[in-house]
Amino acid sequence: MPADNPLTPAQEADLAAIAGFIIPASDEFDVPGADDPAIQADMLATLGRDAPLVREALDVLARLAGAPLGDLDPARREAVALALRAVGGPAVAALTRVVLQCYYRDDRVVRSLGLEPRPPYPQGHVLPDGDWSLLDPVRARPPLWRRA
Amino acid sequence: MNDPVDVLIIGAGASGAAVAWSLAETKMHILCLEQGGWMNPAQYPSTGRDWEARFWGDYSPSPNIRGRREDYPINDDNSPIKVVNFNAVGGSTIFYTAHFPRLHPSDFRVKSLDGVADDWPVDYDTLAPFFAENDRMMGVSGLAGDPAVPPRDPPMPPLPMGRSGAIFAKAMNRLGWHWWPSDTTVATVDYEGRAKCINLGHCTPACAQGAKASTDITYWPVAQRAGVELKTHCRVHEITTNGDGMAAGVVYYDADGKEQFQAAHVVVLACNGIGTPRLLLNSTSGKFPNGLANSSGLVGRNLMFHPYAQVYGYVADETDSNRAPPTCLWSKEFYETDRSRGFVRGYSFQFGRGVGPIMEAVTSEQKGLLPWGAAHHAVFRRLNGHRLTLSAICEDLPEAHNRVTLDPVLKDCHGIPAPKIDYTIGENTARMMAHGIARAKDVLAACEATDICVNSPILYGGWHLLGTARMGTDPESSVVNEWGRSHDVKNLFIVDGSLFVTSGGVNPTSTIQALALYVADQMKQRLANLFD
Repeated sequence: MPADNPLTPAQEADLAAIAGFIIPASDEFDVPGADDPAIQADMLATLGRDAPLVREALDVLARLAGAPLGDLDPARREAVALALRAVGGPAVAALTRVVLQCYYRDDRVVRSLGLEPRPPYPQGHVLPDGDWSLLDPVRARPPLWRRA
Repeated sequence: MNDPVDVLIIGAGASGAAVAWSLAETKMHILCLEQGGWMNPAQYPSTGRDWEARFWGDYSPSPNIRGRREDYPINDDNSPIKVVNFNAVGGSTIFYTAHFPRLHPSDFRVKSLDGVADDWPVDYDTLAPFFAENDRMMGVSGLAGDPAVPPRDPPMPPLPMGRSGAIFAKAMNRLGWHWWPSDTTVATVDYEGRAKCINLGHCTPACAQGAKASTDITYWPVAQRAGVELKTHCRVHEITTNGDGMAAGVVYYDADGKEQFQAAHVVVLACNGIGTPRLLLNSTSGKFPNGLANSSGLVGRNLMFHPYAQVYGYVADETDSNRAPPTCLWSKEFYETDRSRGFVRGYSFQFGRGVGPIMEAVTSEQKGLLPWGAAHHAVFRRLNGHRLTLSAICEDLPEAHNRVTLDPVLKDCHGIPAPKIDYTIGENTARMMAHGIARAKDVLAACEATDICVNSPILYGGWHLLGTARMGTDPESSVVNEWGRSHDVKNLFIVDGSLFVTSGGVNPTSTIQALALYVADQMKQRLANLFD
């Protein structure tokens, strides 16, 4: 594989296929699937230190599927995906996390959750101060701490 | 050849910064060596769209995962709780929740009151003025009048209760249990050059606003203006001794990786409960074959973590999610000993506001709550922004077999032997954790939460590193005396969490820093006969 590409073309295709199974597109919520090209590009661009574990998970996936995941019929694809999830372990956890963390920072997805697609800083957030009179029954209690 | 200094402090974190600031008024030549560097807030996670993802990368709480050059590896395979820390100017105050309770008076009299462990050689009243001084220097927000703790007067008002806090508060009132807004070191008003909190939320892995106190922005600027010298990216290999058995100085690797020797009249260790025993055990010589200051054999022993029993669930109402500092309230309902509970000592509850969407997705997928496939979206929308979390911070009693040693194989990037952790959760603590989980479930039931999940212990929850060079009056059962000086080496002091005789059931940073200020004050009072 090229030095700047952490995955082979076959692994990239399997990553897109499994991502699309984990989080499929939804008309109901008007969101893309995790196999969306922009989200896939984010995964490949930011794989970084997760690359070895993700490759390991994709190797497991390839062995379970016996063929490109995307070429399998839907029932077989589901069976393989669920078998991969059942394998578990650090590699599958890393693969799943990479899918989730890139999906849930996509602007379209973030907006669909009613959130703003921005970092926390510098705008921050506004929080209700709350009703401190709720403390009244606590204030009325005698000291709880032991003198020593 | 470096000129000798009067005082050499190793470590620029919570305790090292406090002791440097306090000693500065003596006008002695004070130098601090720190293995990390100055952090750049413009690069903190909350400034970028990848703010959550960096938790699993360069801003992981685990040095083993983070793997920055400033970090050293830790073999914690033989522990159900993994060590977390941060290595930089500011130390782990860069990367902490800023929850800032104090130990209780009873925590210093554990043997006398409850017949377990040992009493401390100092008490709450002795430390009280140093707690107050530290509150002012770090900038503490909170609310006076809590009936569960001795009177104190936080200089800033508390953090907002928020949606999550209000749900918890009403539930705790229904149960008739104590709760109170937490003391934190998050500035709620502009304070001593720090801008007030704007609820970035993702502030445990460093605060880009500078509202959360870390010692790089509290103690250090003042200490440096007073003349304290701070050298970064300098990792100490060993403390050397002279023919009289006194500390002569340290051997360290400078920022260029060159080995250097720094002579000092006084050496102060402020490297936390893992780094300090590691350095002492790496400092062997003919006179000290088992490590420096280790005639008691207790260097590295009695490691205490505070096992966390974390329980969370989901409510119908919207919670604060990631939109505020992560902690809001505490409860001391189960803090003081009640033997009818089946254990002695106790725990605090720390109430969390919620988590961001990616943390929600990753953790609920791991728990099996969040499905793969078509049902994913609907389930995620029910979970995201609806989580409530609380954790029981359980007192860990000292047990000699819980210890830090040197790993025979693992080394850091300078070739210095790395620490190895052997740790098990004690029986009393395990019963306490079970109690905490049950009561936390009661709280979540009172919140009408569903889908209850438990993390006990929190795997990457070894934030509090305590007890591995304990203080005491007897050289056979302690490493340093009642004011932090080594029993064996009269010009060697320890000021970090290693000093703790017992752990209490609260986050320890406030007490660590109060102890550091107390030790510094004792040193100043005894300058004429410091080594007698």
